[in-house]
Amino acid sequence: MKRWTTRWVTVFGLLLACNAHALTADEALGMAVGESDARIEALVKAAAKGDGKTAAYLQALTDDAVKLAAGKVLVVKDGQGLDPVTGEAVTVPEDAEDVMLNNRLRGEIDTALAALRLFSADVPQRRQAALALLKEPDASRQTILEKALAEEKDSAVLALVKQALAAAQLASESTDTRLQAVRTLAESSQPEVLLLLNLQLGQESDAAVQSALKLALGKVQDNLRWGERLGQLFTGISLGSILLLVALGLAITYGLMGVINMAHGELMMIGAYATYVVQVAFRNYLPGAFDYYLLAALPVAFVTSALVGALLERSILKHLYGRPLETLLATWGISLILMQAVRSLFGAQNVGVENPSWMSGSIQLMSNLQLPWNRVLIIGFAAAVLLGMALLIGKTRLGLFVRGVTQNRPMASCMGINTARIDTYAFALGSGIAGLAGCALSQVGNVGPDLGQSYIVDSFMVVVLGGVGQLAGTVYAALGLGLVNKLLEGWTGAVLAKIAVLVFIIVFIQKRPQGIFAMKGRSAEA
Amino acid sequence: MNKLILPAAPALLTRKAWTAFLVCLLAVGVLAPMLNLLVPAGSALHLSDYAIALIGKIMCYAICALAMDLIWGYTGILSLGHGLFFALGGYVMGMYLMRQIGRDGQYQSDLPDFMVFLDWKELPWHWLLSGSFAATLVLVVLVPGLIAAVFGFFAFRSRIKGVYFSIITQAMTFAAMLLFFRNETGFGGNNGFTDFKRILGMPLATPGMRMTLFVLTGMTLLGFFLFARWLVTSKYGRVLQAIRDAESRVMFSGYSPLPYKLSIWVISAVMCAVAGALYVPQVGIINPGEMSAANSIEIAVWAAVGGRATLVGPIVGAFLVNGAKSWLTVTAPEFWLYFLGALFIVVTLYLPNGVVGLLDKFKRKGGAA
Repeated sequence: MKRWTTRWVTVFGLLLACNAHALTADEALGMAVGESDARIEALVKAAAKGDGKTAAYLQALTDDAVKLAAGKVLVVKDGQGLDPVTGEAVTVPEDAEDVMLNNRLRGEIDTALAALRLFSADVPQRRQAALALLKEPDASRQTILEKALAEEKDSAVLALVKQALAAAQLASESTDTRLQAVRTLAESSQPEVLLLLNLQLGQESDAAVQSALKLALGKVQDNLRWGERLGQLFTGISLGSILLLVALGLAITYGLMGVINMAHGELMMIGAYATYVVQVAFRNYLPGAFDYYLLAALPVAFVTSALVGALLERSILKHLYGRPLETLLATWGISLILMQAVRSLFGAQNVGVENPSWMSGSIQLMSNLQLPWNRVLIIGFAAAVLLGMALLIGKTRLGLFVRGVTQNRPMASCMGINTARIDTYAFALGSGIAGLAGCALSQVGNVGPDLGQSYIVDSFMVVVLGGVGQLAGTVYAALGLGLVNKLLEGWTGAVLAKIAVLVFIIVFIQKRPQGIFAMKGRSAEA
Repeated sequence: MNKLILPAAPALLTRKAWTAFLVCLLAVGVLAPMLNLLVPAGSALHLSDYAIALIGKIMCYAICALAMDLIWGYTGILSLGHGLFFALGGYVMGMYLMRQIGRDGQYQSDLPDFMVFLDWKELPWHWLLSGSFAATLVLVVLVPGLIAAVFGFFAFRSRIKGVYFSIITQAMTFAAMLLFFRNETGFGGNNGFTDFKRILGMPLATPGMRMTLFVLTGMTLLGFFLFARWLVTSKYGRVLQAIRDAESRVMFSGYSPLPYKLSIWVISAVMCAVAGALYVPQVGIINPGEMSAANSIEIAVWAAVGGRATLVGPIVGAFLVNGAKSWLTVTAPEFWLYFLGALFIVVTLYLPNGVVGLLDKFKRKGGAA
C-alpha cells in the first residue's frame, strides 16, 4: 500500500512537469476496452504526447485501479472514485467492472510509463527509465527520446539515453542512421544490448552495417567480460567465506582437539534458531529497533551454541578422548537428538528469518555485476571471526594453553595447566563459532532442522583438505574450495561441480594424507 | 632356534554354536515357510506376510552389519560408505527388474518408463547387460567389488587411516548419491526404480516368490556368517586383528598390510552388495536415498550395538535396532530419532562390547558365583 502511494506521488509530480495536450475521455476509454491491438494503438498515441494525466492514468492501469461503468472509465483510489480526464471526484457505481490487462498490454504500458519517466526530477528514476527503454526499443519512441536527450544534464544518464535512442534507431530505413546507431551501441556495457545486436545481425542486409555489428558485438562482449569474471570471483569468495565460517569452529574441535564432531552442523543450526528467536522477540517487543536485531542475535547465537557445546563436552565427549571413531558415532547420535529436539520445539518446517533492511539490496558495480549486501557483509564477518580467532589462539593466555595442550597433553598438564578445563573451553569456543556461522547462514539460506546436515560433509572436506591443527590451512582450503566450486559450476553445472570437487579431494588426500599443510615432526604421527 | 608354535586354530564353531546354527537354519528354511504358507491366517501360530517382509528386510541389513563387523570390528577400519555398496548391488538388481517389466509399464514401451519420460530412444550403454539374469548376478558382485578395489587400493596404499578414511568414504558415497540423483546418469533420478513386476519371468507379488526370496536371504545370511567365521579364525583373520591392534608392529614383523586390508575391504563391500541385491526385490524400490551418509552410519551402529568383533553381535544388533525402528516409527514416530541418538551415545559410552559383550559379562559373573 505504501509503495502504491509513493508511486502515485511521483506520477502526480510528473503531472506538474509536463503540461502539453491533456488526456481525452475517448483516449482513456480506448486504452481500457476493446481488442488488444486497438488498445495498444491508443496507448502509443496517448503516450507520445507525454502529458502528466496520461502518466497517472497509465499508472492506475498497471495498479489495476481502473474500473469501467456505463461506458466511462474511472480511477478508484483508496475507495474514492476519480475521473481520469478531469481529475474530479465521482461516485463509484455498484456495477463497476474491473478493467483487465493481459501480459502484452502490461508490458506495453510499462515501457510507455518508462518513456514518461524520462523527465522525472529524480536521477536514479531517469536512469531506470532509460535502461528500461534500452531493453525494449521501439521506433515510435524516437521523438520522446530525442526530447529527453536535449534536456538531460546527468552524463551517465545521457549516455544511456543516447544508447536507448540508438537502439530505437536500429530498425531505421536509412543505412547511415543504422550504422551510427550500431557505433553508439558498441560503447554500451549492458548485457541486453548483446541480444539486440544479435537480433539485428540476423536481419541486416547491408554489408557495412553487418561488419559494424560484428565489431560492436565484440566490443560489448569485451565490456561485459570483466563484470562476468569478477562476478564469478565474487560468488566463489562468498561461498568460500561461508565454508570458512562453517569450518573455523570445526578447525578448533577437530583440528586442535581431535574430536570428530558430527554434531557441528547442529550447533550451527542452534545458532540459526537462536537468531530466529531473537528476531521474533524484537518484532514483538521492540519493533522500532527491528533493524538491529542481528547485532543482538550474534552474541545470543554464540553463547547458546557455546553452552550446548560445553554441556556436551562435560557430559559425553570427555569420556571419549583418544577414541576418535567412537566420538564420531556418539556425536552423530547427539546430532540426531538435537535435530529432533528442534523439530519438536519449532516444528519440522523451515522458519522465516528476515534480513534487516541494511542487509537487503545490493551494490551495483557494473551493468552486469551486482554484489548483494548480505553476501558482502558475510565475507567481512568471516574475515572478522577469523581475525578474532587468530588473535585468541595466538595472543591470549587461553590460546597459549590450547596450543600447549594440543602439542603435548601430558607435558602441558605437568606445567600446571588444567587440561580438562581447557578442553571444555576450547570445545565451547568451537561450538560458539559454529553458532556465529549459523547466525550468518540464517541471512543467506533457509533455517530448518536440516540446516546442519547440508554443510557437514563440506566442512569436513575443508578441514581435512586444509590439514589438521592449522588455521591457515583451513582458510586456504575454504577459499580454494569455494572458488574452484563456483568456477566449475559455470562450466559443468552445480551438481557435477560438487561431485568433481569431492573426487578431487578424495584424490588429493591420497597424495597428501595430512592435508595441504602437514604438521612436521613428531606431532604428525598422531 | 626355537620353533615358533602357534596356538591351535579354534574350531569353526563350538558344539553348542553348531546346534544354535542348525536351529536358525531350520527356523528360516522350514519353520517360517510352514508358519506363513501352511498355517491358516486366523491361527495364533500364523506368521503374517508383514512379519515375513520385515524379517526378510532386516536379514539383508544383518548381512551389512556382518560385513561392517569384518572391516570395522576385526580390522579396525570404520567405513562410512558401505551404504554405497549396498545401493550399488541394489541398483544392479533393480536394472534387471526394470527390464523384466517389459511392456507392462505405463508407457508400454520396451524401455523403462523413466527413459520414455526423458524421451530417450535406446538403452544407454551401462544398461546393455541388464537383460540377462546371469549377467546381473555377476555384475552384483563385480561392479561394487571393482569400485571398492580401486578406491581401497589408492586409499590403503597411501596409508589413509582412522577418521580420515571414514571421512573420505563418506565423501565417496555422498558424491555417488549426487550422481545418482541426476536424471541423465540413467538411474531414474531421485525416484530410482520401482513398480517391479516379475523376476525370471515369474511374478514378484506372490506368497511363493516372497517366501523364496525370504529363504534365500536367510540362507545367504547364515552362509556369510559361516564364511566370516572361517575367515576370522584362520591365520588371515589373525593378521587382520593384528592390523587392528597395532598396524606398525605388523609391518615390522614383515607383513604388508595392504593386501590384507584391501581384500577384506572388497569382501566386505561385496557382501553388502549381495545384501542390496536381495533387498530390492523384497522391498520393491531402490533410490539414491540409500546412499545418504545417514544410512551408512546406521550400519555402523547396528554393529556397535550388537558388539564388535563377535560376528553374532552385529546380526543381533541389526535385528534389535531395526525391530525397534519399525515398532517406534509406528507407535511414536517423534521418539525414534531420540531413541536412535541415545543408542549411539549409550553404546559408545557404556557398552563398548555391545549387547553380546553385556550378556557375556553376566554369564561370566553367574559362572563365578
